[in-house]
Amino acid sequence: MDKDNQFIIERENNKYEVVIGLEVHAQVTSQSKLFSSSSTKFGSEPNTQVSLVDAAFPGMLPVINEFCVKQAIKTGIGLKAQINKKSVFDRKNYFYADLPQGYQISQYKYPIVGEGKVILDMPYGPKEVGIERLHLEQDAGKSIHDIDPNNTFVDLNRSGVALMEIVSKPDLRSPDEVNAYIKKLRSIMRYLGTCDGNMQEGSLRADVNVSVRKLGSKDFGTRCEIKNVNSIKFMQQAIVYEANRQIDLVEDGKEIDQETRLFDTKKNETRSMRSKEDAHDYRYFPDPDLLPLEVSDDYINQLKNEIPELPDEKKKRFIEKFELSSYEANILVSDIETSKYFEEVIKNSDVKLATNWITGELFAVLNEKNLEISESPVSSNNLSKLINLIKDGTISGKIAKTIFEEMINGDQDPQKIVEEKGLKQESDPKALEELIDKVIMNNTDKVEEYKSGKDKLFGFFVGQAMKESKGKGNPQLINKILKNKLNG
Amino acid sequence: MSEITKQSLNELIDNIKNKKLSSLEITKAFVERSEKSKKLNAYVTDNFSQALDNAKKFDEKPNFELKLPGIPIAVKDLFCTEGTRTTAGSKILNNFIPTYESTVTKNMWNEGAILLGKLNCDEFAMGSSNETSFFGNVQNPISENLVPGGSSGGSSSALAANLTPVTIGTDTGGSIRQPASFTGTVGLKPTYGSCSRYGIVAFASSLDQAGPMSTNVKDAALLLEVISSFDKKDSTSIDFKRNKYSSELTNNIKGLKIGIPNEYRVEGMPSEIEDLWKKGIDYAKECGAEIIDISLPHTKYALPTYYIVAPAEASSNLARYDGVKYGFRSEGENLIDMYEKTRSEGFGEEVKRRILIGTYVLSSGYYDAYYLKAQKVRQLIKKDFDDAYKKVDAILTPSTPSSAFKIGEKTNDPVSMYLNDIFTVPVNLAGLPGISIPAGLDKKGFPLGLQIIGKPFDEQSILNIAYSMEEKISYKNNLTDWWI
Repeated sequence: MDKDNQFIIERENNKYEVVIGLEVHAQVTSQSKLFSSSSTKFGSEPNTQVSLVDAAFPGMLPVINEFCVKQAIKTGIGLKAQINKKSVFDRKNYFYADLPQGYQISQYKYPIVGEGKVILDMPYGPKEVGIERLHLEQDAGKSIHDIDPNNTFVDLNRSGVALMEIVSKPDLRSPDEVNAYIKKLRSIMRYLGTCDGNMQEGSLRADVNVSVRKLGSKDFGTRCEIKNVNSIKFMQQAIVYEANRQIDLVEDGKEIDQETRLFDTKKNETRSMRSKEDAHDYRYFPDPDLLPLEVSDDYINQLKNEIPELPDEKKKRFIEKFELSSYEANILVSDIETSKYFEEVIKNSDVKLATNWITGELFAVLNEKNLEISESPVSSNNLSKLINLIKDGTISGKIAKTIFEEMINGDQDPQKIVEEKGLKQESDPKALEELIDKVIMNNTDKVEEYKSGKDKLFGFFVGQAMKESKGKGNPQLINKILKNKLNG
Repeated sequence: MSEITKQSLNELIDNIKNKKLSSLEITKAFVERSEKSKKLNAYVTDNFSQALDNAKKFDEKPNFELKLPGIPIAVKDLFCTEGTRTTAGSKILNNFIPTYESTVTKNMWNEGAILLGKLNCDEFAMGSSNETSFFGNVQNPISENLVPGGSSGGSSSALAANLTPVTIGTDTGGSIRQPASFTGTVGLKPTYGSCSRYGIVAFASSLDQAGPMSTNVKDAALLLEVISSFDKKDSTSIDFKRNKYSSELTNNIKGLKIGIPNEYRVEGMPSEIEDLWKKGIDYAKECGAEIIDISLPHTKYALPTYYIVAPAEASSNLARYDGVKYGFRSEGENLIDMYEKTRSEGFGEEVKRRILIGTYVLSSGYYDAYYLKAQKVRQLIKKDFDDAYKKVDAILTPSTPSSAFKIGEKTNDPVSMYLNDIFTVPVNLAGLPGISIPAGLDKKGFPLGLQIIGKPFDEQSILNIAYSMEEKISYKNNLTDWWI
């Protein structure tokens, strides 16, 4: 790796490297919960999506939702990971008001997915991040402390919702890599349809493990775990704060305590939650209500065949087939909806123009209006028509931009706009010649100056000719005719 | 026709079908006797008036195709019954009324049975004498101040006293078979996975099984046929082909091989138990069975293994009783304080003891030495049986190492109490079916039982053996009705 691109924190006499590992909690996209048939819909009235199982009534038993298992395996395949044919659900025992069973059902010793990897596209080249494991577990409910000064309220809608905990190896070295990693994971899971990756709705959260070491050292420092951070920005801020805090301790010759911390987003600092000594003893043991989860090779292979083209493969194809740059391909594949849009547009139109228009004009509009590409005001079909109008010379690129502005308002057909507003490009050489003759006649002084060597004036003539054509003149033809006339 | 409450389940069904008796007449008889028998303290919650209504409804529109047509049945208070309080013998569920029905009881109501009431039991089924119930001791109808066994003590007492024609209990380490043995009745624990655990208040999930309790083997076969079913709501329920236990019941056991495990001759076992066992072996021979000596070498580890596995699971299963969602709550200064007060006041001593044991054996640093080791030993115990079943079809042992003891006699000595389960516990650890049948009386005149252990899913063979031996033994309780 290019040293210049590393995230290094410098102190007077020492340089430090930051080592980061993430435990990402990704909500499985599914209609119902991991062990009950309750709905998982977000934003419902509190305690309206709670079954007797979710609320842990006496004698209620968990029954595995096979769709969630399928989703986890698919995600594992997307992470190029080992799928374990036998995995076991354990109970993680602790008391809390929003944990009705008094234990969380999770996979401890035997997760459903083993080691895998994710490739990040960093400015300094590809970076491989190891996946340690992926396991299925239940989410807890939600304690609400701010409704009443004396009481805590509990909402069990989330209780029992399926989560995939994806644990990375400590391979990340900077806030930028964390950003790229989360986005890549999100991208892969959205391609697979296994997690919607919606961080606002809590579908993707992470526990961030941070340690520091002197640059060049092979040993890991003592790590701290920052719990439950729910945005990339906060993860990055938390890492910077935490790394500096740890380095301060090292510089002062103090020990770093292995502990769990939380990130205060208002104060932009991490605070100790509990030390290693206070760590919970979760008393994990296999849940006797559930049999070990067994999946066959046939089933895994069947799912492998169902896996769509993933961002890495798609990128490779875009580069090879369409001769896109790595940068362009990255932009187009990172979000599945963008890639779908792009592939729709290029079905009937030029790839290069499509790339430029999507990553340029369209993205600018989406950004400005704060829209997802799935909500684009211009359909892929109409954008493809616009590109074809440019390609066949009906309109100039400049006119196309004017038309695009119109198209934003109600996804109009560019062909119609061209016809209604008479924006068709003038490509008749005779008409253009007449028009150019007029420009030359009106600017004899400038012609003299040009001929005496003031080459820069060429642009002036082009501008005048375009003006005379009311912007509709074919720029290539105008150039050509002007050159002949002026140099002839 | 004999007195209604003295009739067996099968007799009652015949009389209903032949219209000699109505459901209301039968229900009335059991309600009246139950009301006169409050001294036994067998019921926690009665459902008498509702039961009489339901009996009337049955009589108005009788369906004689059903297997339990209009038969009133009281059940252990560990089965959740929709709209009827379910306490598990605990203060912490003192006010709990389920909105749902356990699969096992639902199977009974679907076959025409009528809920008579909820029967006392040890708190969360933890006990061998019904002395840990929040709702007080239960008397054994055999003799005053005698325990009825546990944890299904209310069930065994009500059954033996003819307060219900049959009943169901749950058996985690002997909780059906031991009380059956103590009250001169029949109790069967099915193969793990036969009867759904859905809606049964959990004690130790990997061991708990519901099962029938009755005054004779034929009744047990019929009730088992009703309650045993595959249930998708219980992930440990097993989808195997279930026999028509009652119609396939036969007393012909000629040529069946019955094993006698040497290791069940435990130290200090009263000679009368040894004598009973010998008598049992003779009966089995008379019935045409072949007797074969077998070895179950890990038997002595069964009890300690059980008292690690069961409390471990219980400590986790009982975590849900925290005062937050339902049941008893004691207000506290804060969440932790509320938990501590609720659970300290809501649970009794034995339950707390087992939660502590269970928490300890699962704790980090002790897990490997206790829980993990116990699981390994459990596999060895299971293997012992697997090996034995290569040579024999069933195994005959005593049900308990002694007859019923006096109320209060063992309450301060948990280990001596736990020893009661020594012959029954291995069966739960191995997930096997086992039946206890009355086989005679000890010197004090208290009933003693013999246990027949079967191969997995082979309830039919142990029922047949029990049925055949029952004829030879021809045991009958001599009730004095001392409590009325």
